[in-house]
Amino acid sequence: MRGSTRLKWAVCATAVALAATACGGGGSDSGGGGGASGIVSASWGDPQSPLEPANTNEVQGGKVLDMLFRGLKKYNPKTGKAENMVAASITTTDSQNFAIKLNPGWTFSDGDPVTSDSFINAWNYGALLKNAQKNASFFRFIDGYDAVHPEKEGAASTAQTLGGLKKVDDLNFTVKLGAKFSTWPDTLGYSAYDPLPKSFFSDHAAWLSKPIGNGPYTVDSYTKGQTMKMRKWAGYKGPDAAQNGGIDLRVYTDNNTAYTDLQAGNIDLVDDIPASQLKNAKSDLGDRFINQPAGIIQTVSFPLYDAKWSGPNAAKIRQGLSMAINRAQITEQIFQKTREPASDWTSPVLGEAGGFKAGLCGDACTFNPTEAKKLITEAGGLPGGQVTLTSNVDTGSHKDWSDAVCNSINNALGNDKACVFNPIGTFADFRSKVTSKQMTGMFRTGWQMDYPLIQNFLQPIYYTNASSNDSHYTNANFDKLINEANAEPDTAKAVALFQDSEKQLAIDMPAIPLWYQNGTGGYSTKISNVTLNQFSVPVYNEIKVS
Amino acid sequence: MGRYVIRRLLQMIPVFIGATFLIFVMVYALGDPVAAFFGDRAPDPATAAQIRHQYGLDKPLWHQYLDYMGNIFTGDFGTAFNGQPVTELMKSAFPVTLRLTLVAIFFEIVIGITFGVITGMRRGRPIDTSVLLMTLVVISIPVFVLGYVLQYVIAVQWGIGEPSVSPEAPLNELILPGIVLALVSLAYVTRLTRTSIAENTRADYVRTAVAKGLPRRRVILRHLLRNSLIPVITFIGTDIGGLMGGAIVTERIFNIQGVGYQLYQGILRHNSATVVGFVTILVIVFLLANLLVDLLYAVLDPRIRYA
Repeated sequence: MRGSTRLKWAVCATAVALAATACGGGGSDSGGGGGASGIVSASWGDPQSPLEPANTNEVQGGKVLDMLFRGLKKYNPKTGKAENMVAASITTTDSQNFAIKLNPGWTFSDGDPVTSDSFINAWNYGALLKNAQKNASFFRFIDGYDAVHPEKEGAASTAQTLGGLKKVDDLNFTVKLGAKFSTWPDTLGYSAYDPLPKSFFSDHAAWLSKPIGNGPYTVDSYTKGQTMKMRKWAGYKGPDAAQNGGIDLRVYTDNNTAYTDLQAGNIDLVDDIPASQLKNAKSDLGDRFINQPAGIIQTVSFPLYDAKWSGPNAAKIRQGLSMAINRAQITEQIFQKTREPASDWTSPVLGEAGGFKAGLCGDACTFNPTEAKKLITEAGGLPGGQVTLTSNVDTGSHKDWSDAVCNSINNALGNDKACVFNPIGTFADFRSKVTSKQMTGMFRTGWQMDYPLIQNFLQPIYYTNASSNDSHYTNANFDKLINEANAEPDTAKAVALFQDSEKQLAIDMPAIPLWYQNGTGGYSTKISNVTLNQFSVPVYNEIKVS
Repeated sequence: MGRYVIRRLLQMIPVFIGATFLIFVMVYALGDPVAAFFGDRAPDPATAAQIRHQYGLDKPLWHQYLDYMGNIFTGDFGTAFNGQPVTELMKSAFPVTLRLTLVAIFFEIVIGITFGVITGMRRGRPIDTSVLLMTLVVISIPVFVLGYVLQYVIAVQWGIGEPSVSPEAPLNELILPGIVLALVSLAYVTRLTRTSIAENTRADYVRTAVAKGLPRRRVILRHLLRNSLIPVITFIGTDIGGLMGGAIVTERIFNIQGVGYQLYQGILRHNSATVVGFVTILVIVFLLANLLVDLLYAVLDPRIRYA
């Protein structure tokens, strides 16, 4: 019968659709808070790259490495000081040759002992061009880097290992740097310098799907893009064992949802409160709302490679623009005091002794609309009568503050079109335009420190041809002061030299400091002792579950 | 019938090639993805070149496209920038989104058609006016507003259900997101059914059926509704593709790691392998759904025949 065959077709069609979905079902236990005893559920973002230490340069992957690895040094989450961890001592007589002695007894969670080779092999792997590790440039201080990782596009390595690394025995090795760098040992807390077990090299794919480290946690299960379950490693013998049973990291696409989940008691810890919720966060969470300084500074830079901005009067205009920005009002209105107006080029987390100095920038970073207008008029007005401010708008609240900065400048100059915001859709597009020197006006630059040293806030960004010198600033005096500071063995004197170099920045103003960014977060009543470290990453191992 | 289906399937080949090429070019036009890998740091030229070489980004566009198409036929959809093969992403994302879509379609059909029949039968009565007003409200409010409001009120204020969906995405957690996803289409289905029913109540065959003395229930379900469903089915069929691709907003609000999430991530990172792979599958789903709709016409209306 005709009718019935037609009906069969329809039934088949539906059956196919249903069967396709049936395969995915399963798993009825609802995710979120609770679960096994002492487990903390925390928000996470999908790491950009595979979780190799030398290939992870963003905070989401950094969170995992922080739990999974312990390097030669670790930054004290309270003071920010680099303290020996796996290293027993790191000594030098000339600020260039370092002798590193390891503590005995450290092992990876698969039983493999942590030896000099664990570090030497890891660093050689990280530096080698063929491995295309994003943090390769961190090894550039070590002698022989140029042979392993030539700078030029298309060049091939002439050596497979760093010449500056020499193994003495299982617990001792020496490092020769290419140039003097007195505070180099203090950079070793960065995750790029973490040791790697033999299994990393013998079965790379298996290691990536379930990384093995020497830190207080082990990876229990890892579903890429969704969840990672970290569990306390009972065999961990380091001084900072986990105070909880484990951490369940859960990927959120939208931090608004993470915040709603926290309110609904579905998750214990959210470490980035969306700007739109900051207003309510304090009343919603009370003292479970975290807002503390982090090593992040936001700036706007100028394309000094553009003739408009490199003229003799341009510095004056840049200073004028800086004075026209009402930092206090913007940080209060838009960021609800989760950012502090900046008055130097470093961060408060360094502390006075570490080189932070409020007010170092002086009048140039103080809001003064009349003086701003005067300076800019004296210098012949804005080049082309207008300045643009370019930023990506896919993350954070970049559009909000960019508009506010432009309004502030427009008000100060009494011209509605003095500053125009130029939004760019994605971060990828924005960065690719910045690095290919396509900027014509101000553009957003932010810096999250790699290690809590004043050197890290200055040299990578303002030194001639440095890796993050997006404005392509170059000044002989600045470079000279940085070199001197790096060679100076006395920390206090070195810090003073770094601050002198900052005074050069105040004169040239290649980048306007806007504000110091705080780390924010919130947590449920189930957990306590929650703090963020200087990198705005929660100190997971200290969290207590009640 | 069989020949018709084969012809339709063959027609999909040029559409498939054209769609993949267009999307490939569009993602390529977004710009170089490598600079973003390095965050606020400028990539050193040698490493950047190495990464470009790894992903084949150093080849000209046509070469990249040919490589990509060649690989697709061996089942290799490329690798996302986080090191995962795209097929693996698809395996985890598509079942989740498909389930979400089916939940949405379920609500669309059950609630939408019921409301449509009720209002169509009672034109001008208070129930008709109030349902019409409700659909108008739903259509005019953006999805993300509805999503956030329902999420907050239902999950946080009232504490029924969860504000976000766990990675396994079981059906019971997909009810709320499914309703949010379905709401706008549901309003359209209601209005379409209503109009169609209203038109057909005056048709000859309905009068005949009533005159034959058939029970009212049988008249409505068997004669009136069946004939009125053609435009509705057309809408729902095309909506399947639309819902799957358009779930980006809903998936984001409820943290569902489905197709929308992967597409969003892929676009942000300028990852052509992910975007092209996912959209290609979506295109195929869309084409198949349309074919299915055309076949269903024949079931609903015996006058339609395919040869």
